[in-house]
Amino acid sequence: MEVTIKIFRYNPEKDQRGHYETYTVEASENDRVLDVLELVKGHKDGTLSFRRSCAHGVCGSDAMRINGRNMLACKTLIRDVGANITVEPIMGLKVAKDLIVDMNPFFDNYKKMLPYLINDNPLPADGKERLQSPEQRARFDESTKCILCAACTTSCPSFWASDEYYGPAALVTAHRFIFDSRDEGAEQRLHVLSETNGTARCHTAYNCTEACPRDIQITKAIGELKMAMVTGKID
Amino acid sequence: MSKVHQFEVIVVGAGGAGLMAGLYASRTAKTAVISKLYPTRSHTGAAQGGISAALGNYEEDKPEWHMYDTVKGSDYLGDQDAIEFMCNEAIDAVLELEHMGLPFDRTPEGKISQRPFGGHTNNETGKPVRRAAHAADRTGHMILQTLYQQCIKNNVTFFDEYQVLDFIMVDGKATGVVALELATGELHTFHAKAVIFATGGYGRIFEVTSNAYVYTGDGCSILLRHGIPLEDMEFFQFHPTGIYKLGILITEGARGEGAVLINGKGERFMPKYAPAVKDLASRDVVSRAIYNEIKAGNGIDGKNYVYLDIRPETVNKFAALDGRTNPDGSPYLITGDTVLTKIPDIVDFCRVYLGVDPVTQMMPIQPTAHYAMGGIPTNKYGEVVIDDKGTTVPGLFAAGECACVSVHGANRLGTNSLLDIVVFGKHAGLKAAEYAKSADYQKMPDGADSSIRSELEALKNGSGKENAFDLSNEMKNVMFADVGIYRNEKDMTSALEKVRDLQKRFKEVKVSDTGKIFNTELLNAWELSNMLEIAEVVAASALNRKESRGGHAREDYQERDDENWLKHTLITKKNGKLEITYKPVVITKHQPKARVY
Repeated sequence: MEVTIKIFRYNPEKDQRGHYETYTVEASENDRVLDVLELVKGHKDGTLSFRRSCAHGVCGSDAMRINGRNMLACKTLIRDVGANITVEPIMGLKVAKDLIVDMNPFFDNYKKMLPYLINDNPLPADGKERLQSPEQRARFDESTKCILCAACTTSCPSFWASDEYYGPAALVTAHRFIFDSRDEGAEQRLHVLSETNGTARCHTAYNCTEACPRDIQITKAIGELKMAMVTGKID
Repeated sequence: MSKVHQFEVIVVGAGGAGLMAGLYASRTAKTAVISKLYPTRSHTGAAQGGISAALGNYEEDKPEWHMYDTVKGSDYLGDQDAIEFMCNEAIDAVLELEHMGLPFDRTPEGKISQRPFGGHTNNETGKPVRRAAHAADRTGHMILQTLYQQCIKNNVTFFDEYQVLDFIMVDGKATGVVALELATGELHTFHAKAVIFATGGYGRIFEVTSNAYVYTGDGCSILLRHGIPLEDMEFFQFHPTGIYKLGILITEGARGEGAVLINGKGERFMPKYAPAVKDLASRDVVSRAIYNEIKAGNGIDGKNYVYLDIRPETVNKFAALDGRTNPDGSPYLITGDTVLTKIPDIVDFCRVYLGVDPVTQMMPIQPTAHYAMGGIPTNKYGEVVIDDKGTTVPGLFAAGECACVSVHGANRLGTNSLLDIVVFGKHAGLKAAEYAKSADYQKMPDGADSSIRSELEALKNGSGKENAFDLSNEMKNVMFADVGIYRNEKDMTSALEKVRDLQKRFKEVKVSDTGKIFNTELLNAWELSNMLEIAEVVAASALNRKESRGGHAREDYQERDDENWLKHTLITKKNGKLEITYKPVVITKHQPKARVY
């Protein structure tokens, strides 16, 4: 089938501002949007730039706006979006070129969450694993799935309004550790989250949950963080 | 002139091996990790099923059994001293990951949960043993995340989205690397005492592959151009269960949880090929079995795929027939919920890409190019070893899939790659830092970046008669068809000619993007030059080895030939010509014998 794809183009070395180019390629309905982008780059215009790596939705490189919604190009099939596609960069991060945005502010916010296990107690004397029940492990399973693609953060109206907001992806990271029974850094993290740019900026627009290609219940996770801050209890 | 940086240790690549090396080297040496991706995008994150260690959390297990299984899996080509070292280190390596915070699944007692995997057995009963420590079907994702998090905690220095293009060697010693900053197009020279390559594999030379776009053999190719040999490049693993046509991996963990392979006649066919462990035979054995079924007309609707079936009714039926039990002795039974909890990502992949729900439908699968057993030759400390006498290149190290220790020999056991990156990444990091403490910086030569500069210029000034995208597809097709699961003299000879022709045609490629900022067209063209180089080396090594062993299966030499071929291949490129030499296999405890599953 013939697929028509309209792509946001911006080359800072040449262009004053972004514009759109439209390309037509032969593809099948089971092709990924990423396959179509590769065909455009391979045969129509080699200068088209986008990030991609794993091509099956686990590395988080190719989040973009497809027909107005944040998705991974490698996890979105033509049969799901139709033969007329518009592709644009994710919003709220500076466009570096075409579909590539500057991800550094996003990763900076991630790092502010103290994204590592905090536990200064001695390890078990036998040198073995810290014990954790299957139920305790299940408590934070959802938030371990995050691939840091930024689809959630860049769909969030609060993040568009202020890029100082840590954003949903960072909050999911905080959740992953705060609700891990082995971790003892909840207090530090909740302190970070209580700052102006923390959970207070979440107005439960729900965009993040809809955007997440890993189906993480992000709004729910943020709600649990808010609850922990109010009650001072992690459960 | 490029910008110059100085670090005692430079790690190239930020997957599991690179991050582990960076973590350990940075404890005592000034270290930087350079990666063409943001570290969390690395291909380690795609690993699914588990990491092996004889923890024995459900049942008796021991490192000696793990060692024997790995030797047998390698079809006796693995070096047994290195295998023994890895299997002994495995338990502490997995516990260390847990201590770092890795969210492993848990047993009812709260210990790390383990599942069966292909080729991992109780050596006394011959039955599958639960050895693969797992976090659902995203164990690699959790390893990558956890190691990156530890690097953040320990303030490891990163250069994200910098593509290393060249290695600098002075007087036979590592001196640094040249890298392209993708965001600006600027070249950077990194002056170092020690360089660790952890650049991953090269599965993208094949049409159907589970590998990421970025798996283009950069590290292997860069070193080959500097006269460093590559080892056992003919051994490439085709994983039995890739999603039909797309090649996306379906973890062996699915079969660990009880899934079986079904042919077009509706038969479970693995018992014919591996009577003892059936669907949990080693990957090379299962891939060949699928291929044989297809060739015999037993593919689904006569096509080139079969089914993987994890529907609870199927799993429970065959588990009962096989006498599979839970650790407490009760019959092994699963439900739809088990499938959703144990392999959630696989369920997601099947729904998204195939419109198939594995709980109620069978999954169409075919073998997919998955893992390079061969690579840059190293010893167990990650030191690059260039001949059969153990000669090292001072300051040059390699670890992970790009390296060949060799612990995987002719065929890697599932879960041993994650173990490999953690164990040998760590030791390469430690050894490189130790080396850096006792070594001086070599003098950086003037114009260290001049050769790569002219290489990039040439890519922009080709005639434009050829298209890189099309050349790439031609290479992938010929490599998958003729240097794939089954091989023979005639097809490989023509494949090698074809690849050499593609190399010539590549000189006519013109990169149309003249910009500096994120010039991904230039980057992709350079990556293609690496893949063409590696494809040639793989085809030449495979054509040279006149026997069948592990992942290297020849129709014209069907038997393993220990008398003539129980040896590693070393291939080098001198003045544009490939040269093949050999080195002996280290055999300590297990003499080669027939390999039956």
